[in-house]
Amino acid sequence: MITTSTALSHTPSSPAPLPGTPVLEVEDLSVEFRTPKGVVKAVNGISYEVHPGETVAILGESGSGKSVSVQAVMGILDSPPGFVTGGRVLFEGRDLLGATSEEQRAVRGPGMSMIFQDALSALNPVFTVGHQIAEMFRAHRGSSRKEAKEAAIELLDRVRIPAARERVNAYPHQFSGGMRQRVMIAMALALDPKVLIADEPTTALDVTVQAQIMELLKDLQRDTGMGLLLITHDLGVVNEVADRVLVMYAGSVVETGTVDEVFSDPSHPYTEGLMASVPAVEDKGKRLQPIVGTPPDLARIPSGCSFHPRCPRRVLEGAPPGRNCREDVPLLLPVGSVGRASACHYREEVLRARSAGTPA
Amino acid sequence: MGRYIARRLLLTIPVLIGASFLIFAMVYALPGDPIRALAGDRPLSAAVQAQLRADYNLDDPLWLQYLKYAGGLLQGDFGTDFSGRAVLDTIEQRLPVTAKLALAAVVFEALFGLTAGILAGIRRGSFFDNLVLVSTTLIVSIPVFVLGFVAQFVFGLRLELFPTSGIGAGWYSYVLPGLVLASLSLAYVARLTRTSLAENLRQDYVRTARAKGLKPSVVIGKHTLRNSLIPVVTFIGADIGALMGGAIVTESIFNIPGLGRAVYDAVLRQEGAVVVGIVTLFVFFYIFFNLVVDILYALLDPRIRYD
Repeated sequence: MITTSTALSHTPSSPAPLPGTPVLEVEDLSVEFRTPKGVVKAVNGISYEVHPGETVAILGESGSGKSVSVQAVMGILDSPPGFVTGGRVLFEGRDLLGATSEEQRAVRGPGMSMIFQDALSALNPVFTVGHQIAEMFRAHRGSSRKEAKEAAIELLDRVRIPAARERVNAYPHQFSGGMRQRVMIAMALALDPKVLIADEPTTALDVTVQAQIMELLKDLQRDTGMGLLLITHDLGVVNEVADRVLVMYAGSVVETGTVDEVFSDPSHPYTEGLMASVPAVEDKGKRLQPIVGTPPDLARIPSGCSFHPRCPRRVLEGAPPGRNCREDVPLLLPVGSVGRASACHYREEVLRARSAGTPA
Repeated sequence: MGRYIARRLLLTIPVLIGASFLIFAMVYALPGDPIRALAGDRPLSAAVQAQLRADYNLDDPLWLQYLKYAGGLLQGDFGTDFSGRAVLDTIEQRLPVTAKLALAAVVFEALFGLTAGILAGIRRGSFFDNLVLVSTTLIVSIPVFVLGFVAQFVFGLRLELFPTSGIGAGWYSYVLPGLVLASLSLAYVARLTRTSLAENLRQDYVRTARAKGLKPSVVIGKHTLRNSLIPVVTFIGADIGALMGGAIVTESIFNIPGLGRAVYDAVLRQEGAVVVGIVTLFVFFYIFFNLVVDILYALLDPRIRYD
C-alpha cells in the first residue's frame, strides 16, 4: 500500500545533481531468495548513488524489494535464504560485496548505519537503551564503560530525549513509540556515519510524531552532512524531505529523478498511478483513482514489463518492434531532463501526455 | 518485589497442608497392616501389637491421625519410623546425598544440554543439528530405568570407568547416576535451547545488532542468547525441584542412600510418617525452586515486574 501522511505540495528543493564523488554507489544489484517453493527474485539489477548531504528516497509498495535491497547493501541480509546474485556496492569507492566479512563489519556503524521501522522490536528488550547505544563506542572505538555511557547520554540529548541522564538506564519498553525511534536514531548516529539508511522510520508512528522524527532526521543531516537513504511507501514523506527518488516496482527501479520532476511530471504509468491515488484539496468530493490489480508475486514476475497487467497505457496489439509491453522488457533509459530515467517503452509519450494535460 | 515474595511464601502454607494430607491419606489407604508387615514371620503378641498401634496412633480415624501428625510437625517433630528412629535424623543424613545427586544432574543438564542446543540452533540443518535431534529423541523415548541399567552395565561393569553402586568414591560416584538422572531433562534443555535460539535469531533486534557492526560472537553470544535463555533457565530452575524428588529410580539402581531410596523403602514398609515427611519436603523444594525461578525471571527479563 502506498499511503500519504500529508497532502502533496510543490515545495521547491535543490534539484541539481550534486557535484563530487558519491559516498555510496550501488550498481546493478540483484538479490534472490531461494525457498523450497522456488526462487523469488526480490531485487533485479537496481543502481543508485547517494552523495554526502543528499537525501535519496526509495519509494515502493510492500514486496517491491526496497527493504531487501538496503539489507543487501548493509550486508545484513538473512542468508540463506537470501543471496546477492550480482552487482557491486561501493562505499567510498571500495566494493563491499567483495570485501571480507570483517571489513564489511568495520563499515557498519562508523560508515553506514541503519534505523528500522519498528523500534520496539528492533531494540533488544533485555538491555538498557544506554547500554545498547554505548555498545557502539565499546565495539568500534574500544571506549571505556564510563566514556561510552557519557557519550550515550550526549546522544540521547542530541536526539532531544528529555532527562537523558536518567533515561539512559531505562529499557526500550519504558519509552513511547516516538521516543524509542529517537533512541534508534541516537544509536545509528553514534559513530557519525557517512550514510544513514532509514527503513520506513516513521511507518509505525502516528502522524504528529512522524513529522517530529523526519524533522529531527533533517536537522541531524544538516549538522553532520551525512547521506540519507530513505526507504518508504509514504509519498508525503518523500515529497517533504527527499532530493531524489527511485520508484520501485516488482524488484526493479521503474523511474528515477528529482522528487519535483518525478512527482509533478511522471514518465512511468506506475508513478502516474501513484500520483493519481493521492488525495488533493481541489479533488474534494471526487473518487480517488486507485491502481487496479495487485502487485505481482515475485516468484512469478510477469513477462515483458512487470507492470503491464495493471497498466492503463499498455500496448499489446500492433506495438512497434521491441516495444510490446507483454514481450519486451523495458530498460531504465533517460527521459526528459538530465538525470531522469524511466523503464517504460512509452516514457516520452507518458511525459508529453502529462505536460500537455497540465497547465504550465 | 518484597511483597510479592512474602505473598508467594504465604501461599505455600495451604499447598503444603493440602499436599501432606493427600499423601497421608494415600498411605493410610494402602492395603495391608503395617504392624503385621513389620513383624514379618514372627508372630507378635496381641499386647505388643496393641501397644505399637497405640504408639503410632493407628487406631485413630484418619483425620485425627493427621492432626496429631501435623501438630507434631509444627513443633519440629517429624515423627519416628517403626524402628524408633526420628524421621528428621533420616532426612538430615540423606538430604545431602540427594542434593549432591541433584546438583550433579543440573550441572550436566546445563552443560551438555545448553552446549548441544546452542550449537544445533546456530547451525540448523547441519550434521550436528540432526545428531542432536536424533539422540535427544532417543533419550526421551527410553525409560530412565532402562537407561540406568544399560549405563551401569556398559560404563560400570564392562568398561569399569565408574563405580556401579554406592557413594564410596566421593563426587566421582555421582557422575554416572547424575548423567542418568539428568538424561531426560538434558534432552529437553537441548531442544528448548535450539528452538529458542533459532527463533530469536530471526528477531529484528538481532538484525539491528548485526547492523551495528558487532562481532558475530557478540551478536549471538550476547544479543541472541540472553533472550533465548529465558525459557531455558525457567525450565532448569523448575527442574531442580523435580530432580530432588524424582531420583527414586536412579537412587535405587545405583544404590545411593538418598531421600528417594528412603521413600521407596518406607512405602514398602507402609511407614506413613517417613513417606509423608519426606514427600512433603519434596513438595516444599518444588514450590521453593519455582519461586526462585519466578524471581530469576524478573531479573532476566526487565519487562516482567511483580508489583
